[in-house]
Amino acid sequence: MLKNTTEKELTWGFQLYVVGQRPASIAAITNLTMICKEHLDSQYSIEVIDLLEQPQLAKAHQIVAIPTLVRNLPQPLRKIIGDLSDTDKVLACLDIKAKIRQQDGNTGL
Amino acid sequence: MSKKINADIQKSKLQKSLTGIHGLDEITGGLPKGRPTLVCGNVGCGKTLMAMEFLVHGANEYNEPGVFLSFEETEKDIITNVESLGFDLNSMIKSKKIALDYVYVVRNDFQVTGEFDLEGLFIRLGHAIASVDAKRVVLDTIEALFAGVQEHHVLRTELRRLFKWLKEKGVTAVVTAERGDGVLTRHGIEEYVADCVILLDHRVDGQRSTRRLRVVKYRGSSHGANEYPFLIDTTGISVLPVTSLGLEFKASTEHISTGIARLDTMMDGKGYFRGSSILVSGTAGTGKTSLAVHLAKSACQTGQRCLYVASEESQHQIIRNARSIGIGLEPFIEGGHLRFIASRPTSFGMETHLVTINKLINEFNPAVCIMDPITNYSDIGSSDEVKVFMMRLVDIMKSRNITSIFTTLTSSGEYIDNTDIGISSLMDTWIVLKALEYNGERTRGLYVIKARGMSHSNQIREFVITSEGVELIDAYIGSGMVLTGTARIVQEAKDRAEDYIIKQGVQRRLRELESKRKKAEARIEALRTAIANDQAEI
Repeated sequence: MLKNTTEKELTWGFQLYVVGQRPASIAAITNLTMICKEHLDSQYSIEVIDLLEQPQLAKAHQIVAIPTLVRNLPQPLRKIIGDLSDTDKVLACLDIKAKIRQQDGNTGL
Repeated sequence: MSKKINADIQKSKLQKSLTGIHGLDEITGGLPKGRPTLVCGNVGCGKTLMAMEFLVHGANEYNEPGVFLSFEETEKDIITNVESLGFDLNSMIKSKKIALDYVYVVRNDFQVTGEFDLEGLFIRLGHAIASVDAKRVVLDTIEALFAGVQEHHVLRTELRRLFKWLKEKGVTAVVTAERGDGVLTRHGIEEYVADCVILLDHRVDGQRSTRRLRVVKYRGSSHGANEYPFLIDTTGISVLPVTSLGLEFKASTEHISTGIARLDTMMDGKGYFRGSSILVSGTAGTGKTSLAVHLAKSACQTGQRCLYVASEESQHQIIRNARSIGIGLEPFIEGGHLRFIASRPTSFGMETHLVTINKLINEFNPAVCIMDPITNYSDIGSSDEVKVFMMRLVDIMKSRNITSIFTTLTSSGEYIDNTDIGISSLMDTWIVLKALEYNGERTRGLYVIKARGMSHSNQIREFVITSEGVELIDAYIGSGMVLTGTARIVQEAKDRAEDYIIKQGVQRRLRELESKRKKAEARIEALRTAIANDQAEI
């Protein structure tokens, strides 16, 4: 299982673009929170952006599909669209597994 | 035609939104208001430009702000592209007349896990519409989404929803799409946009390119079904709605001077009818251009505008030659009354020539138009095509009450060329210039073959080109011959001498008669005196 790291350098930053109470949006929020809690301990931040309230941000971040998850940290930027229901694919796409393995290696030294 | 369209609009209560594009509104009466219109065509056919003009004219002329949603070009590129047409998008964006948004969807940019929709697109479009209170929307080219979003079933559902949403919003939309093989659009967008479909085409025929437009479908409205040529130049798109014109022009009873006093005399004493078409045909060097230049001068002098379409000589050459016959054209050009366009007919296709001339006429609004000569247009088309070309040209002129003069060169061997006969039926007046050879001298003769609606002289006149312009002189007609030039002068002198002799004879006889009368009177007086004497003696 995952090691509860103490290093503060490695943080995860997410922006999740949703629209109101649409089922896929609610599902995405739930799924993302669950994945982060389970795999990233407390070193992450999730910013949920409701485009109904801030429509101008859709243009700024080239958002077309809803929901869209943007990973700002670590670089480079990654985008995933969909309700994030396929946990394995989300972990792979966000490189969460690889990063954590690397981190484990580092701490093992 | 436009009246008919207006009647149709009222009948069906279908409201229309004017595009402001030259000619397009004449064909369609405008795009269906509050509904989407599909503009499709191949790469480079002018779709984006047409869509952009629809927005810019809408915002500037009809007080309808617009949103341009681009799927292919960045905002910066779009702004730069239309700058050359004189559209200042930056300031229009600042003054909230137009909103631009570049929607960028590239497959490699994202991964898909689970369900999604394109609500983001709706939000962006809705936000842009709200930001300028838009009445018009352009989606250019929405098909680009098919490359970015591989879940086509989702995309199709969303497109259907989008067009429904646009209709609910009540915005007049133009959707562009690329043409597919044997189908209107590559991804079948026409399935969603059913109200109005416009097809643009760009063909190259014999190295001359011609753009054409056709209204494939217009639900609930009559529309011209023909292909209309159109032009893209520095001021945007101009469509030529030629066949929308009918034979409904008003015939003017006003005259315009030919610029040659004696020719006016031949034509009912007043000159050409305003708005009539005049064909001047003649062999080489008979003075066709001189005749045309006289009309130009006559029009410009009275403050009217004249458009000179030269297809053989350059502007400078015509000006120089006009000067040699005592006509200075420069002041008229400087004063803005005379404008030249000189181009070889072979440079473009016939449609392009038509559209160019039509556009210039729209801009310049001339009272007189000179086409000098039209002979060369037969190099770029068959005689049938030339005839249609001429018909359209005459239609354009007549519908605007422009007096038009067409010169044509007849081959020297023939008296009247076949092409002349072909187009002469379109013309109201036909003047023939002819070289006359007699007695070792070549002179010019002019006669009017026909002049619709006026009494005209049927006599041949000698046409003399002097350094003070063209003069018409009565040719010598008598003893079964027509004499011009020196022969005429000799004959006239001979006649004068004969006349003199005759006159002399008459005077002599008058004098003789007078003296006879005086003698008789003297004798009567003598007899009276004798009778009086006899009476006294009684």
